[in-house]
Amino acid sequence: MSAAGPGTATVAERRPALAPTPLARRVIDAGPVLALVALIVVFSLVSDRFLTVGNAGSIADQAAILLVLAVGATFVILLGSIDLSVEGVMATSSLVAVLLAANDRNGNDLGYLAVLGGVGVGALFGLVNGILHTRLRIPSFMVTLGTGAIGIGIATVLFGGQPPRMLDEGLRLWGTDRVLGVSRLALLALAVLLLGYFVQHYTRVGRTILLVGGDEQIARLAGLPAARYKVWAFVLAGSAAGLAGVLAATRLGVGDVQIGSGQLFATITAVVVGGTLLSGGRGGVLQTLVGALLISVLANGLILAGVDPAIQRSVQGVVIVVAIAATVWTQRRRTRVVK
Amino acid sequence: MSTPALELRGVTKRFPGVVALDDVSLTVRPHEVIGLIGENGAGKSTLLKILSGVYQPDEGELLVRGQARRFTGPRDAARAGVGIVHQEQSLVGSVSVAENLVLGFEGPAVRGGIYRWPELNRRAQAQLDKIGSPIPPTARVEALTFAQRQMVEVAKALSVEDHLDGPAGTEPVIVFDEPTSVLDNDDTEVLFAQIERLRARASVVIVSHRLDEVLRVSDRVYVLKDGRCVAERDPADVDVQELYRLMVGRESTGSYYREDAQGDVDGAEEVLGVTGLTRAGGFTDVSLSVRRGEVLGVAGVVGSGREDLARALFGAEPVDAGEMRLAGKPVRFRSPAGAVRAGIGYIPAERRFEGVAMGLSVADNILLADRSPVSAGPFVDPRRRRELVARWIERLRIRTPGPATDVATLSGGNQQKVALAKWLVSPRLRVLVLDHPTRGLDVGAKEDVYRLVRELCERGLAIVLLADTLEETIALSHRVVVMRDGRVTARFDAPPGAKPTQVELVEQMV
Repeated sequence: MSAAGPGTATVAERRPALAPTPLARRVIDAGPVLALVALIVVFSLVSDRFLTVGNAGSIADQAAILLVLAVGATFVILLGSIDLSVEGVMATSSLVAVLLAANDRNGNDLGYLAVLGGVGVGALFGLVNGILHTRLRIPSFMVTLGTGAIGIGIATVLFGGQPPRMLDEGLRLWGTDRVLGVSRLALLALAVLLLGYFVQHYTRVGRTILLVGGDEQIARLAGLPAARYKVWAFVLAGSAAGLAGVLAATRLGVGDVQIGSGQLFATITAVVVGGTLLSGGRGGVLQTLVGALLISVLANGLILAGVDPAIQRSVQGVVIVVAIAATVWTQRRRTRVVK
Repeated sequence: MSTPALELRGVTKRFPGVVALDDVSLTVRPHEVIGLIGENGAGKSTLLKILSGVYQPDEGELLVRGQARRFTGPRDAARAGVGIVHQEQSLVGSVSVAENLVLGFEGPAVRGGIYRWPELNRRAQAQLDKIGSPIPPTARVEALTFAQRQMVEVAKALSVEDHLDGPAGTEPVIVFDEPTSVLDNDDTEVLFAQIERLRARASVVIVSHRLDEVLRVSDRVYVLKDGRCVAERDPADVDVQELYRLMVGRESTGSYYREDAQGDVDGAEEVLGVTGLTRAGGFTDVSLSVRRGEVLGVAGVVGSGREDLARALFGAEPVDAGEMRLAGKPVRFRSPAGAVRAGIGYIPAERRFEGVAMGLSVADNILLADRSPVSAGPFVDPRRRRELVARWIERLRIRTPGPATDVATLSGGNQQKVALAKWLVSPRLRVLVLDHPTRGLDVGAKEDVYRLVRELCERGLAIVLLADTLEETIALSHRVVVMRDGRVTARFDAPPGAKPTQVELVEQMV
């Protein structure tokens, strides 16, 4: 080192420090996939019922609604924001869809238009979330916490003390039928995933969400209307939650205030465990697929392995904390403020 | 003579309490490369903001190709054919090189909201080809090395020529703000070769503090000082020394900086010393020592590593190698809290964000770092708190309506005194690291800070100073170390009456 001139020596040393070490980076990027593989191997060893075609089908079925929710939520989290209104939106959209389709409460029979109604309700929630967040500059977690409660409230009114049952046979099939051994729900979720990938990779909305999440200041200086694209992200997430509510209703055959219960935790866990940073800018829907599978495999495997249901939830909690610790490991800085 | 591509006539811009630009006139002719130099606070950035439409002049005119214009923002300026390349790193790490290069100017690469990647990558590749860079446009920026990112910065800077949509057939004016401050030598050469090429179809303005570079590439040089345009020179008739004299201007500096009060530190014991201190990407093999009552000035340009060094001394950045000693004992700080406990204080350059806590009262700010003088066990003694705060407000002559006043309502100079008081209340304080302590202060407030620095030395503190200007560095310091590219390149003794000259320092800085 002493033989080198001062200029050349420092330039050469600068490189590895400022670009993250490729190997560490790659291990962390591949972490969720490795974890998924490890879980599958472990559960296969523990239970001979785990690695079967039938169980794979039921995991796909379990993951379907979660995947729909998480693909939508990915766009909001890519911004560094969060959408906590998932359960409220699902409750309202499930009831709206059931009450618009053939049901035992009123004379409506709108068929597939009822699905559109449910998704539309979700989109509307997303629009309200996005506008309140960007115009009034209220932190997204606070806005969506509020609108989520509003959703539960509206759903409670629509519910009226007795769950309305969905009588439309065509719609019921979406939640219960299987095609070539795979549930229709899982196929639908796959379609949503592909759509999400298209939006993320090929549309101005998707690319701009990534840019704004990566560095909003630079995006604004380049003249991009950041607020408009933030609203779009919330609309995407709201629509996905609306669809998830409808799908849950077709599966259970009723609309219910509690239909989304527990899904908020699972959704955010799936997105974050998959590798999308809560601080925004990095990640995507394919990572979210891995995250959703991780959550579903874990839930399924714990049951097959005979783990006490009482501690299964705690195990999921441990998984999310460990996963987040791993993803932010490379970003530690002494004076970084984390709130 | 042809119509100037860009002209300022008698432009004046005032801010509350300051005249940032005072009757500035300058001309940029077609195909000319103009150098614009000036110290911090000379008005360069205000001038750039007027050119990009962020500010509007209070008086005077801005003419583009002979027509008076009033820009409303960067987009408006770009439409008129005036493009600014800003100094800061401007890449978003989470997306591809191509997206960064065409950011905001996607044109036909995005149709109906749908990205056409082949077209987008082709446009980006064309920009990368200009500088002969082998970086693939599809690479994600965060996967690049620092050097590669710099190349992308150069390509992005140069892409401005294609994005300016001035009236058809007109030639753009491209302004580079400190374009070389984040580039190393090879990249700088590439940039300058491209600027030569640009000259054939555009006019170029280069704002820089690297005087030798400015002299090399410019056809004419303007010198800004205290908001005025004080000189216009042909590079053939001027050298670096003369440019410095023009830029700085002042001859006698002794009384302003109270050089007569500079104490004698010969034989005083070392308080803080470091040996071989290294932080990858920041600084390499730095050794220095500060004695009781001494001011050690650290000089260097942006990117010299001196800011990183200051933060490392305070424990705010980790170090990779080397030793630190405090009063002879080896120390290693894992956080600023450790440094504070050991008696080190730090006045950060970003006063408004890091120096004082806006929204808190003067009293709360003064007691932010060390509450031990007013504590009784876990409790705060309100009477001692009141007395201590009142004493420091008086001693530092902090002009505030009262101790409960929100520090945000004070002037910059008084905020800085509050930031200093925060450290001075601590009986443990032994070392103060001052990072640009007079940045953005008016002349009177600066003199107060200089007076305080002298008093603190008398009290026996050791001070590490990163000053705003070379003049300040030289006048305040007992000794000066110069850093370049993360290494110490020279050391000077600076006793009163035998101070090194600015030119001597500059030669080691660039």
